[in-house]
Amino acid sequence: MFESLSNIAESVNTAFFFILVISIAMLVLITFLMVFFVIKYSRKRHPTSKSIEGNKLLEVVWTVVPTLLVLGMFYFGWVGYKFMKDVPEDAMVVNATGRMWSWLFEYENGVQSDTLWVPLGRSVHVKLESQDVLHSFYVPAFKIKQDLVPGMTNYVWFTAKEPGEYELFCAEYCGQRHSYMLSKVVVLPEDEFNAWLEKEAKFVSEREPSPDADERELTEASLIRRGERLSKIKGCSACHSTDGSRMVGPTFKGIFGRSTVVVANGEEREVVVDEDYLRKATLNPEAEIVKGFQALMPPQRSLLDDEELDAIIEYLKQLK
Amino acid sequence: MGNRAIAEHAPAAGFYEEKGRFSGLFAWIFSTDHKRIGLLYMISILILFSVGVVFGFLMRLELVSPGKTIMEPQTYNSIFTLHGVIMIFLFIIPGLPAAFGNFFLPIQIGARDVAFPRLNLLSWWLYISGVVFALLALFTGSGPPDTGWTFYAPYSTQTGTNVSLAVFAAFILGFSSILTGLNFVTTIHRLRAPGMSWFRMPLFPWSLYATGWVQLLATPIIGITLLLVIFERLFGVGVFDPLKGGDPILYQHLFWIYSHPAVYIMILPAMGVISEIIPVHAHRTIFGYRFIAYSSLAIAGLGSLVWGHHMFVSGQSYTADVVFSLLTFLVAIPSAIKVFNWVSTLYKGSIVMETPLLYALSFIFLFSIGGLSGLMQGALSVNVHIHDTAFIVGHFHYVMFGGTGFGFFGALHHWFPKMFGRMYNKTHSRIAWFFLFVGFNMLYFPMFILGWMGMPRRYYDYLPQFHTWHLMSTIGSWILISGLILMFANLIRSLRKGERVGSDPWGGSTLEWSISSPPPKENFEEIPRIDHGPYEFKGASKE
Repeated sequence: MFESLSNIAESVNTAFFFILVISIAMLVLITFLMVFFVIKYSRKRHPTSKSIEGNKLLEVVWTVVPTLLVLGMFYFGWVGYKFMKDVPEDAMVVNATGRMWSWLFEYENGVQSDTLWVPLGRSVHVKLESQDVLHSFYVPAFKIKQDLVPGMTNYVWFTAKEPGEYELFCAEYCGQRHSYMLSKVVVLPEDEFNAWLEKEAKFVSEREPSPDADERELTEASLIRRGERLSKIKGCSACHSTDGSRMVGPTFKGIFGRSTVVVANGEEREVVVDEDYLRKATLNPEAEIVKGFQALMPPQRSLLDDEELDAIIEYLKQLK
Repeated sequence: MGNRAIAEHAPAAGFYEEKGRFSGLFAWIFSTDHKRIGLLYMISILILFSVGVVFGFLMRLELVSPGKTIMEPQTYNSIFTLHGVIMIFLFIIPGLPAAFGNFFLPIQIGARDVAFPRLNLLSWWLYISGVVFALLALFTGSGPPDTGWTFYAPYSTQTGTNVSLAVFAAFILGFSSILTGLNFVTTIHRLRAPGMSWFRMPLFPWSLYATGWVQLLATPIIGITLLLVIFERLFGVGVFDPLKGGDPILYQHLFWIYSHPAVYIMILPAMGVISEIIPVHAHRTIFGYRFIAYSSLAIAGLGSLVWGHHMFVSGQSYTADVVFSLLTFLVAIPSAIKVFNWVSTLYKGSIVMETPLLYALSFIFLFSIGGLSGLMQGALSVNVHIHDTAFIVGHFHYVMFGGTGFGFFGALHHWFPKMFGRMYNKTHSRIAWFFLFVGFNMLYFPMFILGWMGMPRRYYDYLPQFHTWHLMSTIGSWILISGLILMFANLIRSLRKGERVGSDPWGGSTLEWSISSPPPKENFEEIPRIDHGPYEFKGASKE
């Protein structure tokens, strides 16, 4: 709770303890005086009261002293905050996107991840954007937080001081599964981090079709693996289960070939889920809503390219 | 409620016996008598408070352990929205001014009624209309609102739940609040008894005066903002939609320009109540009368300029963050001045520890914790960490419930004998206070710890490391609710069975203690002439 796991946490702790000590002193003073007066001047001990109307000197003292104290608190808070706002120029940039109800992190070499991996001891500059409503990027261990606002690019930065896994929460209410919009920050020593980044970069380059036609089956397997990863990274799995349980959207389990009732323009219609349907339902989900579900899914038109969509559909096909 | 029963049992039935144009229920809901309207408000407000408590109880029950306990996430989201909307708009904003302000403001300044009695009745009817619309929002459309009481755009403009109607209810409630503010400001300017100069006025009217101005000036802004949300939902205007050139941050500014001053609408009257209770039960004049009076105005003024401290992590400009933080720290000073003066009022008093004083002193203790934790949030860097966590939830419950709520209960116990001519069972009232005080701290203090640990607010589910403190908090809610039940049972029973009291059971000095209990129709046979300050007690020696 009080360790400094990031460079930011240090300055937050300092300001917090400064205010905490003064607050406790004030509370003890006020409470002690109340209890003491109530006992000492109870009617039994003190039958005749004295009506003292006030004391100018005291009023000045208890105006000036608190003023100085709160100005000190303001100063400590300000200094720490200024530090949070000044991003070092050599910081590593990661683009973070929030959407109902998952996170996407993109690195400069094109690597995408649903978890924020960062190198130890290096400043990380996270640029924050939202695809739908307000969210908030919150890592309690690092004591950093910033809202994600549609139409705006906000930011946070930090330098992690210990390797490990840290909770990442959405801290701005964003609807039904707000409390499940969780992720992790994984802090790795620099060389391990670089190894991770390289491995992931290979995943990105795997999109190139295999030149060897005989390896077609192998490619298909890798396409499915790719689709599975993408369904996490792109946030599909935040709302669609693969085990048949009902979440915000219909389950993926056995989706291919299933006949299902959809509502379009207020009319119900039965459809059989095929490749065409999946493509439509992903790119323009608002056109036909599966009966019994809400029209919540954002259109993926600009968020998925053809190859990514192919991989996801290939993955969905084999979920029996 | 059993007012007719009271009339049958009480010797001097005062205004309860008044024969108006109507009888029965109509004699109440169409009465323009400020005391009857005050009681109408009190009954309506307490019923809705109970509903809010039930929702709060259900939330705490869901959070007793991780995972699903008794409800689905969507239900939880609606319940915390309704808990907030009911407690803020239907209990705590109208609470003290509309119930006790209506009943006691005219009496304390030596008037027969408020300046506009019919407008006063209209504001109660508007309140009830708002309640009806809020209830309709629950049972019609596609499910109760799930936005939180803040209705933040763009979620509020997109969600499929019945937000428009709920927002319209809040819009109507705003008018009720504006009319009450207008009425009180005018009453204080025009209807003070001869000789009652501004500085001979008791401090409760002073606090209502400051509150009235905030109600008048700030409430229209929330009205317009809420209408914009409705327009956005119905016609897609786009004021808050970035795709159409709008700005979600604009919504937050507009919302908090009202809703932060509203916090002072909630707390100022409670501070006024404390300033009444302490001198009476310490049997001596208030310490630093003028400083307390002026600090109410300072709080109302400065409090209107600090709304941006709700938005430190929203992405508003850095300069705005710094300025709002500084102003936030300055608004702490008048509150501190009040606390020091109240404590000093105990010095050399002749104190009887009656139940109202217990509540008043608990107010000071709880409000201090609330205020001091507010300083932590005012500091920019600390705010970043605890913003939107359980810490904030703990903070505002200490201020709003520990402050205004305990102030309300204090007022209830202080003025109960005056309003009904009977005394409650004092022992039972002390036991109820004890449960309330212990339960309160057990319920809300763990939230500070949870928040500092990083537990976000408005979370239906949580990680296992937060379990212990959530469990403790939920147990606290059970103790608190036992206290509430005990308190209300005692008061309701005493309406009929309580011992009869005379005009001045506490030895008070303000005007309400000079007329019979319950007060007669139109309060004073002859309007009194005032030639001294409000807190001059018989037998208290002057220094």
